[in-house]
Amino acid sequence: MSLMKELTLQGLWKNNPGLVQLLGLCPLLGVTNTLTNALGLGVATLLVLLGSNMVVSLVRAHVPNEIRIPIFVMIIASFVTVIQLLMNAYTFGLYQSLGIFLPLIVTNCAIIGRAEAFASKNPLLPSAIDGLMMGLGFLLVLVALGAMREILGQGTLFDGAELLLGDWAKILRIEVFHSDNHFLLAMLPPGAFIGMGLLIALKNSIDQRQARKQAVAKGSITRARVTGAAQ
Amino acid sequence: MIRLISKNALALALVAIVCVAILGSLNQLTQPKIAEQRLLSQLAILQEVLPDASNARELLADCTLVNVPEQLGKAGQKVYRWRQDHELKAYLLETTAPDGYSGNIDLLVAVSPDGTVLGSRVVSHQETPGLGDKIEQRRSNWIYSFSGKPATAADARRWAVTKDGGDFDQFTGATITPRAVVNAVYRAALYVQQHPELATAPANCEISP
Repeated sequence: MSLMKELTLQGLWKNNPGLVQLLGLCPLLGVTNTLTNALGLGVATLLVLLGSNMVVSLVRAHVPNEIRIPIFVMIIASFVTVIQLLMNAYTFGLYQSLGIFLPLIVTNCAIIGRAEAFASKNPLLPSAIDGLMMGLGFLLVLVALGAMREILGQGTLFDGAELLLGDWAKILRIEVFHSDNHFLLAMLPPGAFIGMGLLIALKNSIDQRQARKQAVAKGSITRARVTGAAQ
Repeated sequence: MIRLISKNALALALVAIVCVAILGSLNQLTQPKIAEQRLLSQLAILQEVLPDASNARELLADCTLVNVPEQLGKAGQKVYRWRQDHELKAYLLETTAPDGYSGNIDLLVAVSPDGTVLGSRVVSHQETPGLGDKIEQRRSNWIYSFSGKPATAADARRWAVTKDGGDFDQFTGATITPRAVVNAVYRAALYVQQHPELATAPANCEISP
């Protein structure tokens, strides 16, 4: 159970692929202009990561060390193609709006990174949990950034959700405020960089505050009082 | 050494074969569904441009390929012909504006045989969101301004954005995009008007995969 907790914490926060490892920035910055796109790509990446981690973990004993990377890449590429075919068949509109970023999941370093760093050294269950949590961590960053940019950029949330979830999802669309002129900076790639920077800063400041609190709790802060007295 | 290399090569080949087998069978499984989705999205666009066309599937089959990159932007564009009671009512042309602000703008234009534009839609584009993307019908109704406009070689001057002395509005901050679209629609309408032989050209588009 503690293993599960540790892996969850690693994937969602401490070692988040989007905020800490900074892997897979290309899709992260490319498709987060709306919440729907971010959610679609996040789920696709999550599925690929989960599948590839499980398969890599299953075959890890039989893969010769020298050719492990090409084999991992082949496994990942197959999973991506599977997802791509399924999305093409069942969520056609979203498939079109994600465009080139869907096949580009293959090159998302977060996936080969987890295969190499974790799944190739661990049994099936921890690998699956690791894939799930890392994917979830990535998904959450995508969603946060997508929501941020969509609200700032065009004042809506879930615009075009019917592409992902079917026609009923049109009711999900929320118009936070109405604007005829979109805030371009938020919708274009520079806005993605700025938003990403702000998210990382937020995470770091939370971490620092946490660390300071722990330091106080342990009493190691007393050292500061000593220097204070010397002045 | 050689043995190790050939063993590794064999292992790689094996993995590749397994992957290809899985993907091949999945491809077979999803193929009909994907073809259906593609057809549906094509039909939806055709029906939007020409809402009167009730038998859209027939319309889709009555299609000829034309190679006139000067008029329609690129080679191999499809021209659908809509007939009612054996009388030709309208053409639906794929056309491309090659001079958009960022890359090609693909359009579908409905034109009556005498060269009147009945409707048009942007099929795909990469114009700036918030500025150039007002050519999309879900962002603004600018694209409707072509409906019912006749095109003749004589009034080339009127087929331009207001800034250039023509009839069509440009957008604040984006003139290049609407200018490109106006020109493309105009060229498509003129092309239909000047080529009545389109009506009898053989239907030679491959039925969409």
